[in-house]
Amino acid sequence: MTQLTLKINGQSHSIDADPDMPLLWAIRESVGLTGTKYGCGVAQCGACTVFVGGLPVRSCSMPVSAVGADEITTIEGLKSKEALAVQKAWVKLDVPQCGYCQSGQIMSATSLLEINAKPTDRDIDLAMNGNICRCATYVRIRAAIHDAAKSLEG
Amino acid sequence: MMGSFSLKSAMLAVAAGAFATGILVFAHGSLLSDADAAIQPALKLQPVTSFDKIKNKQQRAVALFQEAGKVIQSPRCMNCHPATERPTQTDRMRPHQPLVVRGEGGLGAPGMMCTTCHREANFDAAGVPGNPKWHLAPEEMAWQGKSLGQICEQIKDRKRNGDLTLAALVKHMAEDDLVGWAWSPGPNRTPAPGTQKEFGALIKAWVDAGASCPKG
Repeated sequence: MTQLTLKINGQSHSIDADPDMPLLWAIRESVGLTGTKYGCGVAQCGACTVFVGGLPVRSCSMPVSAVGADEITTIEGLKSKEALAVQKAWVKLDVPQCGYCQSGQIMSATSLLEINAKPTDRDIDLAMNGNICRCATYVRIRAAIHDAAKSLEG
Repeated sequence: MMGSFSLKSAMLAVAAGAFATGILVFAHGSLLSDADAAIQPALKLQPVTSFDKIKNKQQRAVALFQEAGKVIQSPRCMNCHPATERPTQTDRMRPHQPLVVRGEGGLGAPGMMCTTCHREANFDAAGVPGNPKWHLAPEEMAWQGKSLGQICEQIKDRKRNGDLTLAALVKHMAEDDLVGWAWSPGPNRTPAPGTQKEFGALIKAWVDAGASCPKG
């Protein structure tokens, strides 16, 4: 076990963890932020997506020791204008069904809009296809991302 | 009535959860079994000295490249030199799951970069390979679907090899860290044959012998 300090959503957290523990479990079990979900554990579904250093990462496939001093952002800490636009669009279009994958979906959608303010359908599909939705809300997800992008145009 | 509805909803939710869990278990299982089924013992490479008996320089160069081709055409190298914008994966060279594309600089699409999943090193707990330089080869360096002779001509061509001289090509093959990952790919992936050092020696000997390519 190793003493590690994680900077999550602007706060420092000291944890005692195996360096090889997936970041996901440090976030959920050690820090107690359970908005980030476990889906597959093998980087296939996207439910565990968080930002590390501002970019999306599957937290199940990254050892906690590899984070270093990078800032981690989870669904609980999203506050960029893109994130707020995505969340509003999600509510407006009633995107979630069971909701389990949605924190990962929102993280990926936010990241896309932070990089690309006006994504095409193809841009959205390429950015989002690693986020699986068992309720198949994909059509609403795509529509909500377009809606969020439009709302950001001002 | 309400109780009946709630019970039905609960049962549906449980069933849906079990179904989804089943999909994930199936996906996880198939990922592992797909790789497991194809795992082979690492092949050896013949040492450069075993080609000394070929006195004709051109024939020796061709034989040396054919030996090096065991590495070049291994799934560890070919998977990230795709003919399309999508890489392949596992020893079976199936399409990469999830769908990812080459993107700018071979680093993936905005929002779905290679680094979304692939980090600085292999992470065996999740079965995800990694390297600090993880990226796809550019389109002009596509190897899939080509003969070894075509690949040989391609990697000599400075318009299609990243403008490398033959000396720089030898160094790349012998020392590059991402090339070297092919011999340390983590569990459930067959390493490239031999060692990077042996591979580098074969490429150097091929260059020294005139860098002739196999026909076809």
